[in-house]
Amino acid sequence: MKKAGLLLKRTVPAVAGAAAAALLLAGCGGASVNQAAAAPAAAGAAPCGSVNVALNAWVGYTANAAVYSYVAKNKLGCTVVQKDLNEQISWQGFASGEVDVVMENWGHDDLAKQYITQQKVAVDAGPTGNEGRIGWYVAPWMAEKYPDITDGANLNKYASMFATSESGGKGQVLDGDPAFVTNDEALVKNLGLDYKVVFSGSEAALIQSFRTSEQNKTPLLGYFYEPQWFLSEVSLKKVNLPAWSEGCDANPEKVACDYPIYKLNKVISKKFEDSGSPAAKLAKAFKWTNEDQNSVATDIQGGMTPEAAAKKWVDAHQQAVDAWLG
Amino acid sequence: MSTLVGDRVRLQPAPAAPEPRRRPSLRTLLLAGAAIIWILGFVILHGTSTLTLPASELTDLHRSLNQFNAWVAANRADNPVFLYVFTPLRAAVDAVANLFLTTFAASTTGLRLPEIGWLGTVGLLGWIAFAIGNARVAVLTVAVFMFFGFQGLFVEATYTFALVLTAVLLTLLVGIPLGVLAGVYGRVAKVITPVLDFMQTLPTFVYLAPLALIFLIGPASAVIATVIYAAPPVIRLTAHGIRGIPENTREASDSLGTTGLQRLVNLQLPMARRTIVMGINQSTMAALSMVTIAALIAAPGLGQVVVRALQSLDVGTAVNAGLSIVLLAIVLDRVTTAASRRAEPGAARNRRVSRRTRYILLGVSLVLALAMVQLSRTMLWAAAFPADLNIGPVIVQAVGSASQWMQANLSLFTVSFREAVTTGILNPFQSLLTDTPFYILVAVIAMAAYALGGWKLATLTTACLGAIIYLGLWSDSMVTLAGTLVATVVVMILGIVFGVAMGRSERVDQIMRPMLDAGQTLPAFVYLVPFLGLFGATRFTAIIAGIIYAAPVAIKITADGISAISPTVVEAAVASGSTPWQVITKVQLPMARQTLALAANQGLIYVLAMVVVGALVGAGGLGYDVVAGFVQSSLFGKGLAAGLAIVFLGILLDRMTQAAAATPVRKIPSPKTTAT
Repeated sequence: MKKAGLLLKRTVPAVAGAAAAALLLAGCGGASVNQAAAAPAAAGAAPCGSVNVALNAWVGYTANAAVYSYVAKNKLGCTVVQKDLNEQISWQGFASGEVDVVMENWGHDDLAKQYITQQKVAVDAGPTGNEGRIGWYVAPWMAEKYPDITDGANLNKYASMFATSESGGKGQVLDGDPAFVTNDEALVKNLGLDYKVVFSGSEAALIQSFRTSEQNKTPLLGYFYEPQWFLSEVSLKKVNLPAWSEGCDANPEKVACDYPIYKLNKVISKKFEDSGSPAAKLAKAFKWTNEDQNSVATDIQGGMTPEAAAKKWVDAHQQAVDAWLG
Repeated sequence: MSTLVGDRVRLQPAPAAPEPRRRPSLRTLLLAGAAIIWILGFVILHGTSTLTLPASELTDLHRSLNQFNAWVAANRADNPVFLYVFTPLRAAVDAVANLFLTTFAASTTGLRLPEIGWLGTVGLLGWIAFAIGNARVAVLTVAVFMFFGFQGLFVEATYTFALVLTAVLLTLLVGIPLGVLAGVYGRVAKVITPVLDFMQTLPTFVYLAPLALIFLIGPASAVIATVIYAAPPVIRLTAHGIRGIPENTREASDSLGTTGLQRLVNLQLPMARRTIVMGINQSTMAALSMVTIAALIAAPGLGQVVVRALQSLDVGTAVNAGLSIVLLAIVLDRVTTAASRRAEPGAARNRRVSRRTRYILLGVSLVLALAMVQLSRTMLWAAAFPADLNIGPVIVQAVGSASQWMQANLSLFTVSFREAVTTGILNPFQSLLTDTPFYILVAVIAMAAYALGGWKLATLTTACLGAIIYLGLWSDSMVTLAGTLVATVVVMILGIVFGVAMGRSERVDQIMRPMLDAGQTLPAFVYLVPFLGLFGATRFTAIIAGIIYAAPVAIKITADGISAISPTVVEAAVASGSTPWQVITKVQLPMARQTLALAANQGLIYVLAMVVVGALVGAGGLGYDVVAGFVQSSLFGKGLAAGLAIVFLGILLDRMTQAAAATPVRKIPSPKTTAT
């Protein structure tokens, strides 16, 4: 039945489109410029077809996706369709065929379990080469003025400075996008900190808060992560909590250590992998460093279109790209 | 609740001097008693039984709701509900959506150009606007669609337009028959009304995630979500139009021996035509605002541009796309309004051009439009909008630098203003709600409800509060309630100030109205970023967002109420030597009392509708739970519960304000109107 549904889904618009086209062609005797131009394009792009790339919110991700899309489009002749999606929703797209590639994945063990292990609609396509770090950060002016603030043990000394109208007399730890993994409430409790976690509710809100903190020299302690384009605008300083060790974050309610370092990876849909498309091979081979990603992300943030920034990087790193394609 | 009580007390001195009566005094006593119990409870039992639940913790109920996610995944392949209902439905909706998408926005083949290029789209839509409306709206349509091209957003705008078109067609397919049924059979109306209330108060974020799970992401889910959101107005107004036909007209037709079906086709539908078209107008506007939000589940179009801009804090781009949305809203509104005028009985008689001239004009312009369509299919310049005619970057840059200047120069002032309001009003009020034991608050609210609306209302409110406690979200609900009430008070102040100004002066009305329309149709995402710069990620920012969205409604309703007061009454007051201030406070406001109550009611519901968006900028409370549930599968159940809690809060507030609005002597059922 699902097959029938799919068949229906494909045929109905095709039939309707064909009928409309036929009518118009018969009536006016002209070929559509769209279809006329399609013929040579299709001939050149034969082996690849189209790739649906999920576009998650942060610019680091955009950098990965831009370079991947650029190479897939210009070296492999694929048609690349980019879709702006939230992480959680992107994974759902693996099942529906709306998404073929997620270019940067931060952990998400629950999603990996659901879609890779249980439903078997997605596969791990290997590391991107980037390392992700989550933690608590302060604006650079604060680290300069209060040098010992970057040691988590001193946080209680500064609690009153971080108090805001939202934190009820305690110091404020500002959290961002609810989609991101956070242990902050447990950390505050288990480290005995005189702080309250305040949820700003979005990435945009968090970044804007840090920006204001640096501009107006207002105190702010918040959740942040790297690689992130904003760090090239304001280089936030990380506050060191007790170091992470294997298993110290096993029980989410008892966590009393910093976040681990994430090996970021790519995820592609099972269907896409099985299709044998060269774009799937490219997705698996794609690998670069934090510096590479930052250089592209900074260009994008500086006003370049993602495509132009990707072209600039690809032109400068022919060898690396050839290695992916090889 | 204190604000509601306050509202009522302020509204109490009605023009007809209240004689000493038993009932109001009992009412006042009860309300005063409730207030005293509340304050005593707050002072003595401060901080006990507050039922707080940290943001990352779940109750057993939430965990069991989480199972839904796994259940859908497990059953998609073989459950009959999926096989015979959901999957075919998805395929059918997808087919319709794709038909319109390939026609207007982009095909999946070749150069990814649409079947009808920009020139054809402009010509065809202009002609349609002319055919169902008039020449003026046709010119508007053509101008606005050309402007999309100049903004560099033609493709995005047509994506949005195609989705709105699909959603509106399906909405009418479902909505008009349901509306007719509800209009003809009172019993159907009784069943359907609470369902419609539910559909309108449930935050859209709540059903976006489950819909995306069931129907998978893509155009189908987006269209279905939009239909859910856009159907209530057309159902309500269709039913209202059919029920509103005068009794004697119906009897006259009955006495001629018409059958039920004949009556419907020949009498009820034609007579209700104008109201139905108004419903279509309302549904279209609702569909447009929902299609923007559906960008979060991969609906293509302008919404995606706005969402992406929000993520990189690019105010300029967000405003550019937001402007397109507002313009599209204006076009859809004006064209459907013109169509509803044309549908008015007797409209044909007082037209300037004769029917025959009009037909000739229509025919000629149709040929022209078809020629444009044909050109746009064969010529590249007419298919894709020329990229060099793009003033988008100019708009983006101008707005971007203006917003940066504002943030850099005003933020110190705005921050101190925020601090004053938050510590002076919001925090004490919120603590009054969150730090009082829940049983005291339930008792207090039940007492107030009894005083306002008797046992029935008291039972209803207690049930709503009980449900919120059962959902495990009491404390978050109180945070949301505090913000909502503070925002509503401001909305009412603005509503009265500007509403009176507009009601008294035609010119102020003309200046204000487009701004109000923009406030209502501009997606909130657009103005969130500059506000974040000005006020930071706080509950205050969320309250401002709620005010921007809700104030236009309150202002419009108040203005209508004020201008509806018979001019002779006002003149009499002026003639007897009243100052303008006296006219306003002693004549106009008291006489518009019912309308003010309606404005407060609608203002509240609209503020509540923004709770979730507010959570994106620091509102916390239920809104945050909903957003978190949308993006994190482990919090899915909690988000769903929070969505339901918002519905219960909405029902409670709606019924209490309606009861407070009804006069003590004779109960005037305050009209429950749909979104205006």
